[in-house]
Amino acid sequence: MSATAFVAAASARNGGLRRFASQEALLAVAVIGLAIVVGFINPRFLAARNLSDLLLGNAYIAIAAVGMSMVIISGNIDISVGALIGVLATLSGSMAVAGIPTVLCWLTPLIFGLSVMAAQGAVVAYLRIPAIVVTLGMMSILKGGLISVTGGRWITDLPQDFHLADRNIYGVPMPVAIMVVATALAALWMRYSAAGRAIYATGGNAEAARLCGVNPQRTVVMVFALHGLFAGIAALVYATQLRVIQSTTPPGLELTVITASVVGGVSILGGVGTVVGSTLAAILIAEITSALVFINVSPYWTDAVRGALILATVIADIVRRQRRAARGWKR
Amino acid sequence: MSDRMASASVPLLQLRDIEKTFPGVRALSEVSFDVRAGEVHALLGENGAGKSTLIKIVSGVYQPDSGVILIDGREAHFATPEDAKRAGVATIYQELLLFPELTVAENIFLGHAPRGRLGRIDWTAMRANAEELLASLDIDDLASDMIVGSLPVGNRQRVEILRALSHDARILIMDEPTAALTESDVMRLFDIVRRLKARGVAVVYISHRLDEIFAIADRVTVLRDGAYVGAREVAETSAAELVQMMVGRRIENLFPKTAVPIGGPVLEARDLVRRPMTKKVSFAVRRGEIVGLAGLVGSGRSELAQTIFGVTPAESGEIRLLGETVKIDSPESARAKGIAYVPEDRGVQGLVRAMSVLHNFSLAALNGLSRWGFIDRSAERRMAEEGVERFSVRTSSVDEIAGRLSGGNQQKIVLGKWLANNPRLLILDEPTRGIDVGAKAEIHRLMGELAAGGVAILMISSELPEVLGMSDRVLVMREGRLVAEFDRARATSEAVGAAMMGSEPHVEKAA
Repeated sequence: MSATAFVAAASARNGGLRRFASQEALLAVAVIGLAIVVGFINPRFLAARNLSDLLLGNAYIAIAAVGMSMVIISGNIDISVGALIGVLATLSGSMAVAGIPTVLCWLTPLIFGLSVMAAQGAVVAYLRIPAIVVTLGMMSILKGGLISVTGGRWITDLPQDFHLADRNIYGVPMPVAIMVVATALAALWMRYSAAGRAIYATGGNAEAARLCGVNPQRTVVMVFALHGLFAGIAALVYATQLRVIQSTTPPGLELTVITASVVGGVSILGGVGTVVGSTLAAILIAEITSALVFINVSPYWTDAVRGALILATVIADIVRRQRRAARGWKR
Repeated sequence: MSDRMASASVPLLQLRDIEKTFPGVRALSEVSFDVRAGEVHALLGENGAGKSTLIKIVSGVYQPDSGVILIDGREAHFATPEDAKRAGVATIYQELLLFPELTVAENIFLGHAPRGRLGRIDWTAMRANAEELLASLDIDDLASDMIVGSLPVGNRQRVEILRALSHDARILIMDEPTAALTESDVMRLFDIVRRLKARGVAVVYISHRLDEIFAIADRVTVLRDGAYVGAREVAETSAAELVQMMVGRRIENLFPKTAVPIGGPVLEARDLVRRPMTKKVSFAVRRGEIVGLAGLVGSGRSELAQTIFGVTPAESGEIRLLGETVKIDSPESARAKGIAYVPEDRGVQGLVRAMSVLHNFSLAALNGLSRWGFIDRSAERRMAEEGVERFSVRTSSVDEIAGRLSGGNQQKIVLGKWLANNPRLLILDEPTRGIDVGAKAEIHRLMGELAAGGVAILMISSELPEVLGMSDRVLVMREGRLVAEFDRARATSEAVGAAMMGSEPHVEKAA
């Protein structure tokens, strides 16, 4: 009894910002700690080549998770993002092969992604259809449409200058640079802009937000549009690092992205979380997947480990909420 | 009220000095209540008076902190709803607990169906028993094999009553049973209640509709703020007296309404209509004036406030602000025009509990605090810290999560965030409901300060003393219309109470 009271008192002293920060700090510690532990078991894990592959290959997931986090913070969800990235990558690659100027090939997925998601956001906001239903429908449309249009043909012979992801900027590989910049900009915007605050308020209590003059519908459309933009950037990074674009959607990509958000501390109930957390979580998940290989665990365990991670994070979130609710009664 | 045959015997159910405290809230204190066989005893009180807590204690959902429950004069302990059921207590809640896909008979006997060999449900017996129950109440428009989901609400409620009877309930608690019923359903319900009475069932009838209490009840007990106010024989009381008991006069608060010069009109509403609850309402609120809006729950007070604030924009009529006709079609536009609204239910409507005190404070003022879409954080922090200071919000820091604070402190934040906007018209809906006396006094003090600063305030309150103490003028709503207006000098609790009820003042009974 006194022990619980002590814990409650101790955690009550943790202010709001510190609580968010602690989730990120925890993830950062996990990312580094895991690298050290796995490196101890198998030093090859720490080879520069492996670490850089790990980051390069998963940057697009982290970028998509930034948008996903915003959507979940606003109290919604999107499960069409995997399919959308597949479509956008195929679109971009096809344009490049058709000889369309490279810059257009790069911009098209951004614009297209933004439009598709904004449209979904409008349906969610104004027709009041739950996001999970709308995006489930869109996922099927995109997946089905993609395979029908391309007939499953692979896109090869991509022009050399198409490969944006192969470039470096001040010595930093482009995917990593884009991931860092996208995360940083989104984090600053979420934290310091009025619009970002509106997203938290809408996800936390849409009714209260509305009475405060926030327009929850417009906020939801905006969030989806931004998420679409980030999905477009993710698709760009993904497409331009491949030699062959397979014209299918990476299987389970939407779940990986959602996992990164949730493990990153974004509450599935909305209103809580940060994009920095989700990027760190995306890296952590990639690291775990890779680590399993290096410590000689069957890759079949990857999904199970990822699942356990989701459950642990969500349970921790719910427990935290319940504690908070219980304290809400006290004077 | 004609048959008092059972009244001499020991009451079937007695509650003595029941106390119940939830963390931070005293829900019931020293409440006593009894009901005799063949009697309908009404439980009356405003929302939050403790009616629901009391019936949950009788039906075993909660256990009292102290006090005793007596059934047939013998002490009973209900650790679970199951215990209460075994003792013959059945409760019909507002939200019916039926299974819409199942038949009438299955719903009635769910959990205690007649069994045949090998534990098989004896469907024939079940149907027969159900028909028997239906016949016993002369219900001829229900059949045992009808699917409950296809029935209208009134009929579903009767199924629920039958279920209670199938348990041989001797004490039937009905929690606002007419809330969702049509007029004819209410009549049929009353008919059933009278039959139950004739059979010797003790009925506890919860309602805040006085006409129903006069139509069906023998006695009435009034609760207010979790405390027992009194019990009356229905035949010997009047609506005015019951209202007086419900809204009460409390001496704990001194309402510091100071006289301030009252200026020109800030808000003028003319013939506002918003179906179904706002019917041609016209009134004005002036600079520095506090106008109290009284009325029973359901009289359309909150709906009127939400119409002025653009949550449910008016369908017709005119709103003038500072003499200018304005169009208010959303909370956003109301806010831009200098109207602030502190809603009744701060949990649902007022506060984003997951956000910090800081962010809640600034939420309504974000536009003013932002430049090129980005928030001026030092100004924001300054604003929140000033607000915390000015409203004496008890919090460890402005970074604390708002949901962690007490109700009174949450309410202060809701109030404070609006004032950061410097509104010209402030609409307060139940500004002090459910908060402690200290916080209440602070909110009243702030209201006085604001009025002195020239803000026009429209205050909705179910507490008559608060309305009378704080208001320069009192408007009374009933059934979506403004029915009376009193200036401060003439606003007495009798006059306002009578207008709320729609009873002729001082006619039925000398006060």
